Amino acid sequence: MKKIESIIRPHLLDAVKSALHEVGIMGMTVTEVRGFGRQKGHTEMYRGSEYRTDFLPKVKIEVVVPEELVEAVVEAILRTARTGKFGDGKIFILPVEEAIRIRTGERGEHAV
Amino acid sequence: MTREHRRWILVGAIGLIGLVGRVAWAQDAATSATSSGDTAWLLTASALVMLMTAPGLALFYGGLVSQRNVLSTLMHSFFTLCLISVQWVVLGYSLSFGPDLEGIIGRLAHLGLRGIGEKPVAEMSVPPLAFVMFQGMFAVITVALITGTFVERIRFTAFLLFAFLWATLVYAPLAHWVWGGGWLMKLGALDFAGGTVVHISSGVSALVASLIIGRRAGYPEKVLPPHNVPMTIMGAALLWFGWFGFNAGSALAANSLAAIAFTTTHAAAAMAGLTWAFTEWLHRGKPTVLGTATGAVAGLVAITPASGYVSAIAALVIGGGAGLVGYWGINVLKPRLGYDDSLDVFGVHGLCGTWGALATGLFASRAVNPMGADGAFFGNLGQLLVQLIGVLATWVLAAGMTFLILKLIAFFTPLRVTEEEEIAGLDLALHGEVAYNFLSPGMGGSVRLPSRAEAALGSAQAEEPSPGD
Repeated sequence: MKKIESIIRPHLLDAVKSALHEVGIMGMTVTEVRGFGRQKGHTEMYRGSEYRTDFLPKVKIEVVVPEELVEAVVEAILRTARTGKFGDGKIFILPVEEAIRIRTGERGEHAV
Repeated sequence: MTREHRRWILVGAIGLIGLVGRVAWAQDAATSATSSGDTAWLLTASALVMLMTAPGLALFYGGLVSQRNVLSTLMHSFFTLCLISVQWVVLGYSLSFGPDLEGIIGRLAHLGLRGIGEKPVAEMSVPPLAFVMFQGMFAVITVALITGTFVERIRFTAFLLFAFLWATLVYAPLAHWVWGGGWLMKLGALDFAGGTVVHISSGVSALVASLIIGRRAGYPEKVLPPHNVPMTIMGAALLWFGWFGFNAGSALAANSLAAIAFTTTHAAAAMAGLTWAFTEWLHRGKPTVLGTATGAVAGLVAITPASGYVSAIAALVIGGGAGLVGYWGINVLKPRLGYDDSLDVFGVHGLCGTWGALATGLFASRAVNPMGADGAFFGNLGQLLVQLIGVLATWVLAAGMTFLILKLIAFFTPLRVTEEEEIAGLDLALHGEVAYNFLSPGMGGSVRLPSRAEAALGSAQAEEPSPGD
C-alpha cells in the first residue's frame, strides 16, 4: 500500500477528484493548506500600504491505494492538475504499513 | 357608488379638513414660530448623524483593523455614543451653547438641559430640544472620529477618560467659539457644518494622540492588513448617507439652503471618490475599492464647512482637491514622517478638513447664501484670512489640549495595553469576547461554563434528590 499526497491548485480539485474516481479511488481526504514553491506570492494594497503574501492557498489530497493502482493515480493527477505554470504543486508517494477500518476492524488493502 | 354614499364621503371629508385645521390652529397658538416641516427634518437629520457614528463609523473603522481587535474598535464608537450623549445632556450642551462667557465658553445655565424652553429661540423655527439633540450627535461623532488613530493598542480606561475630557475641554469650547456665539463666530469665520469644530479638531487631535501613545507593536512591517474590507465599504456608504443629515441638517430648516447643502455634499463626495481612484490608478497601477471609499469620505469632510456657502461647481473642485490632499497625506506624508495614525484620521479629517475650511474662504458666495460671505474668488480676500485664523485656532486648541489631556491621564493610568495583550488582541484582553467564533461542534475545545446560579442549582439538586427519584 502507498499513500499518495498531492498538493494542487484549489480550483482543479473537482477535476482531480473526478479523474481519481474514474481510476477506482472510492475515498480521499482533502485539506485546505497554504504554502509556496517556485510560484511567487501576491501583493495586496490598502491605502498605499503594500502587503506581500508568500503562502498561497492550495489543496492537499491524500489517498491510500494498493501498489498496482499507484501509477494510474499519479497519471490521473498529472493529467488533471497540470497547467504548465509555476504553482501546479507536487505529488509525494509514501509507504503505508497498515490500514484499519474503524467500523469493522478489517485490516490491509480491504480496509481502504 | 350611490349618490347617498358620495354625500357621506363629502361630509366626512369636510369634517376631517375642519378638524385638521382646528388642530393646526391650536398648535400655532401654542408655539407661534415652530414649523412642523423644519422640526421633522431636523429630528430626522439628528437621527442620520447618530447613524454616522454607529453603525457608520464603527463599521468603517472596524473593517480596517485585524480580526482580534474588531470588537474593541466597534466599542470605541458605540461606547462614545453612550458616554458623550450623557455628557452632552449633563454639561456638554451648556458649555457649548449656554450664555456666552467672554467669547470663550458657554455658561453652565443649562446643566442637565435645565431651562431649555419649548418655544424656539430667535431665528429658529424648531423646538430648542431638537437643536440640542442635533448638536449632541455632532459632539458624539467628533470624539468617535479620533479613536481611529489609537486602535489596536489603547487601554479601555484611558480611552474612556480621554473621550470624556476631550469632549469637555476641546469640543465644547470650540463649538462655542464657532457656533455658540464665541469669538470666532463674532470674527465672521464660516463653518457651515463643522469643518473646524468636527474635522480639523478630531484630525489634529488624532495626530497628537498617535504621537503620544506611540506606534502599534511591529509597525509598519508586522501590522496586519484590514480584516474585512466589505465592512469598511458598508461603513463608508453609511457615513455618506448620514452626512446628508450632517450638512443639509445644518440649515436647521427644510428649505432651499438645506437643498444647496445636500447638493454640494453629494457632488463633493462623488468627485473626491473619483479623484482618489484615478490618482491611485495612475500612481500605483490599480484603483482600489478602499481608496475610492476613503476618497468619498475625504470629500465629505472637505465640503462640510463650505456646504451651505458654495455652488455645485465649487463643490466639485473642493471634492477633487480633497481627493488629492487626502491621497498625498496618506500615501506620501504619513510614511515619510513615520507616525502610526492607524486609520488615517489625520490624513482624512485633519488635512481635508483644513483644505475645506480654507476653500470655504475661496469659494463662498453671497449669491449662493446671502447669510454667508463672499470668499477670495468673489473679491473678498479678507474672508480667507478669517478662515485661516479659524483653522490656526483650531489646530492650536486641539493639539495643545490633546497633549495635556493624554499626559494627565498617563500620570494616573497607562495609556497602552501590555505587548502581550496587544498581540493577543484587545477584544479578548479588554472585553473578554471574540468577534468570529467559527467553531464546528466538538472541534472548538469550547465548553460553556455553568453560571453561578446554575452551579448553585446544580449542587442543590445533587444534595437533595427530587421526590420523584
